Amino acid sequence: MGEGGAKKERRYLFDKPGNVRRLFGVYYPWLGVLLLAELLVDRHVIFPWEGWPGFYAAFGFVACVALVLAAKYVLRPLVMRKEDYYE
Amino acid sequence: MSEPLAPFMIFFIGAALVPVLRGRCRKGLLLLIPVLGFLNLIQLGEGPHWGLESMGYTLVLARVDRLSLLFGYIFHLVALLGFLYALHVEDPLELGAAMAYAGCALGVVFAGDLLTLFVFWELLSVASVFLIWARRNRASLEAGFRYLLVHVAGGLMLMAGIVLYVSETGSTEFGYLGLQGPATALIFLGMGVNCAWPGIHAWLTDAYPEATVTGTVFLSAFTTKAAVYALARAFPGTPVLIWIGAAMTAFPIFYAVIENDLRRVLSYSLINQVGFMVCGIGIGTPLAINGAVSHAFNDILFKALLFMSMGAVLHRTGRIHATDLGGLYRTMPLTCIFCMVGAASISAFPLFSGFVSKSMVMEAAALGDMRAVWFLLLFASAGVFHHAGIKIPYFAFFSHDSGLRPKEAPLHMLLAMGLTAGLCVFIGCAPGFLYGLLPYPVDYVPYTGGHVLGQSQLLFYSSLAFTLLILSGIYPAEMRASNLDADWFYRKGARALYRALERTLPALGELGRGLLVDGLAAGVGRMTQDGPARLVLLLLSPLWRLGGAKGEELASKAARIRETLAHGATPVGLGAAAATLFLFLLFVLG
Repeated sequence: MGEGGAKKERRYLFDKPGNVRRLFGVYYPWLGVLLLAELLVDRHVIFPWEGWPGFYAAFGFVACVALVLAAKYVLRPLVMRKEDYYE
Repeated sequence: MSEPLAPFMIFFIGAALVPVLRGRCRKGLLLLIPVLGFLNLIQLGEGPHWGLESMGYTLVLARVDRLSLLFGYIFHLVALLGFLYALHVEDPLELGAAMAYAGCALGVVFAGDLLTLFVFWELLSVASVFLIWARRNRASLEAGFRYLLVHVAGGLMLMAGIVLYVSETGSTEFGYLGLQGPATALIFLGMGVNCAWPGIHAWLTDAYPEATVTGTVFLSAFTTKAAVYALARAFPGTPVLIWIGAAMTAFPIFYAVIENDLRRVLSYSLINQVGFMVCGIGIGTPLAINGAVSHAFNDILFKALLFMSMGAVLHRTGRIHATDLGGLYRTMPLTCIFCMVGAASISAFPLFSGFVSKSMVMEAAALGDMRAVWFLLLFASAGVFHHAGIKIPYFAFFSHDSGLRPKEAPLHMLLAMGLTAGLCVFIGCAPGFLYGLLPYPVDYVPYTGGHVLGQSQLLFYSSLAFTLLILSGIYPAEMRASNLDADWFYRKGARALYRALERTLPALGELGRGLLVDGLAAGVGRMTQDGPARLVLLLLSPLWRLGGAKGEELASKAARIRETLAHGATPVGLGAAAATLFLFLLFVLG
């Protein structure tokens, strides 16, 4: 939204940069807390790798990056056609 | 009331009344039928009800046990929520079809014999296609025909399998079948079509996004879950299901990342979630079966919720592509919050419903030491958060400001979404209620420190990946496009085949006329008389021989098949069904 429009229209929650900053201000430290919490929580694991420090965090991050890169650079070139392809 | 009705009957009565009533009376009826149905259902004690003798077969219209009851409860519940959401709809076709469709799904779930199962299975496809056609545009008309075509083919396989099975065993009971021989394999495949297995899934992602705003909500609840029920009933512990399920969880998420139509993104994630159920059924331990059916229960709710929220967006803005949307949280904050509850539930965040059921399937895979499967499921868990958990709310309600300032969703839609969201949170926080309904006793504890922490790490670090990819501009921009999928084979491939035949056949025709008219006509005449029997025998005789059948036994088996088919004791003549299929092909492609 341009600044001109903002005068007339209400400014909503995330139109204020401060709120976005505050959100990230909670989000990034929370990621750290989740890693440190491993030291406190008693974990029963079935597979040995589940007990490695940060296993789930690393897996989630890597899996999603791999997913997006594969979808963008492998799948999309293979399957994407014009919107009216089937017309 | 002497004997309670079979569950489907009440919905069929409702469907018949929908076109007769108007205005408030009709709206009242829509909400009353699921409630009456539920009150009727809890009157039905466990065991078979409504047994009939027909053509020498025993039909059971309402077989009640813990497995069918669980699906019965959730189908009534989602019907009520769906009709609440659909209260603005005036179109009697759409409402009547939805009512009949819910009835058919209940018919499938409570069918005690294979013939009843087959009849409701077919009606289910016919009723549901009207929810697609009720959108009344060209895209939905065409997608509906393709949808019907695939389901007719699936229904044929199911029917052929049932005919073979009944003539082989003499039993019509719909219980555990197991994968043993061609009859059960055909039934297995027929069920697989409705379950959207990889390669035969494209009817779902093709047609669901073309249905009406409310139609998609009903569609997402019934067809695939009725198929999950049928598999859990007939094929639990079938190992190939583990891999089919694992593949279902993994491949759709790649498509979901690049798909622009947000209801199609949800359709891909529907396949992904059904994959967890199919995988659990394949593992087959009590924990896995409990996980599969409880996940079906939860998925019906959170997937309906997600389709409701996207439906509300479509209803208010007339748009559903990510490229056209964005920033809607400003004026549709409640829809946005409900959507995020659905997103958190499907992503299996702790305290939301998906967490208490999906983790059972994961745990069952781990306890069975299925490492590769476990990793695939974990990958899919991260992936589903990525596309359904973040992408759907982000591109619709946040992202760039599209400039659209639609009104908040109508009150009845908000109520339906609010109630569904409340149920998702309730089940997530108090899973004991759902666990008490499961077919096997549950000694599984979802809320351990390890589970909660592991899942939270997985999800939050997936979200970190999304955040960084968006901020760095690597995340693929949404584009207006069609992405090829398995439906290409019948949308383009079949058309090309048809054209090729059109060009080559006339020439061949001249050449072959003499041969055909003079030589083969008589043969064709014979084939139409007893062709189906010959076909079946051709398929079965070698298998019987392999099985050790000789001489007299072989002859008596063959005679039984001939007799069954000659007397038309099969539900529909195979020849007629094949002809119908052929006509459909011509109609769709011509």
